[in-house]
Amino acid sequence: MSILSKLNSAPMYLICGGIIAFVAVVCVIFLVRAYRAGIAMGIDRTRMNRVITSSATFSLLPSVGILLGVIALSGSLGTPWPWLRLSVIGALHYETQVAQAAAEQVGMSTLSAAEMTPSGFATIALLMSICIMWGMVLSVFFNKRYTQKLGRSGRSAGGGFGDLAMTAMFIGLVSAYIGSYIGGLVSGNGLFTFSGDWMPLLVVAVSGLVMAGFVYLAEKKHQAWVESFSIAGSMLVGMAAAVVVSLFV
Amino acid sequence: MNEEQKRTSFEAYTRRTHVIGRIVSTITLVLLVGAPFLIGSFLGAMPDLPAVGKGFLSVGLVWTVSSVVEFLVYTPMLGAGGGYLAFITGNLINMKIPCAVNARDIVGAKTGTPENEIISTLSIATSSLVTILVLALGVLLLVPLQPVLQSPVLQPAFANVVPALFGAMAYRYYRKNMKVAIAPLLVMSVLFILVPSLTGSTSFMIIPSGAIAIGIAYFFYKKQQKAEG
Repeated sequence: MSILSKLNSAPMYLICGGIIAFVAVVCVIFLVRAYRAGIAMGIDRTRMNRVITSSATFSLLPSVGILLGVIALSGSLGTPWPWLRLSVIGALHYETQVAQAAAEQVGMSTLSAAEMTPSGFATIALLMSICIMWGMVLSVFFNKRYTQKLGRSGRSAGGGFGDLAMTAMFIGLVSAYIGSYIGGLVSGNGLFTFSGDWMPLLVVAVSGLVMAGFVYLAEKKHQAWVESFSIAGSMLVGMAAAVVVSLFV
Repeated sequence: MNEEQKRTSFEAYTRRTHVIGRIVSTITLVLLVGAPFLIGSFLGAMPDLPAVGKGFLSVGLVWTVSSVVEFLVYTPMLGAGGGYLAFITGNLINMKIPCAVNARDIVGAKTGTPENEIISTLSIATSSLVTILVLALGVLLLVPLQPVLQSPVLQPAFANVVPALFGAMAYRYYRKNMKVAIAPLLVMSVLFILVPSLTGSTSFMIIPSGAIAIGIAYFFYKKQQKAEG
């Protein structure tokens, strides 16, 4: 039995699927508790239903992107392990990088099924788990204290700046990524050569324009329902633009 | 239910959220760290711990710092329940954070309020379930789906999921906050143009970019407060 067959065998699906099922149950528990608490606090059911609908539509496309990550890693690590990693705790940009680094530590020239050994796989899997677990560890020890402290400072000193700070942080996040796309275009193939990858910027522009259309419909034409689909719709058109443009360039 | 009862009910909810959050996070940690050993026993070989140690020193430390920053930055956005769930289910920057912020904006919830705590938890839980479902279906259909999803024609679409997300979010946030957005966008663009190798550390550049944006937002906030007397 080859290593890849073992990594794709029923026991592997059972181990990884079991952990994913546990996390799915946890999500359902949090969802139901929050919904009930929302009703108890007098939050309108329609608003909570809108949150659920918009979050579900919002997550569809990125989830398909994450599925591609599973497919990409399945060639070297089998399907069940990447399935677990990307369903729980993992992140698309993280997994490949750490798996590659771990593969180098066990003496593989690159992450591939051809060089994979049982010990190599177990080592890579453990390193992938350990490197990214710290957010959860910090949550266990400090979430309560941190959120309580934030709550207290919000009431006493933070005033109305808390919201603005969160929006600003998000603007910072988006700016860092768009800045990296601009840098990639201008200097991606050498300083000021303007010959780097322009596709991300094109996609940013198209999805931004489509979002402008959705905002116009929601605010000027009072079609509030489009808001639930605005992000997913904008992304879909932006991604479709990348496909169409690639066909002609 | 009067205000006092609502407050008591929310406090009881939050207390229980911390208890459940800590328990399920600990169980998930044990499961995730234990899985490689369980798989190792099935494969007939255990993890090479010295290699794990070396690998951790080479890449793990960077991700540890990143995790600390993510915890400090995102927990206030997500609240208690959303925080526990997001760190269990992952994919924060590319999905959970924008998803929760989007949900919060759609219903107009304010950060730090009980409503935000509920909305954020609903949003992260839904988002996580959708990902689990899509991935489960995808894995089930992996063989027939593979040619479609991996067809070269579609690759530009999936290679640009993140730009598509940030393009849409940028319009939403920039249009009402241009004064805050211009400086971080300019500084980041110049930095990435002058030091192209930074592209590999974009997630770390969020920290200075966010700090600039928060600093400018605070300046305008104080100015507005002064003007209002």
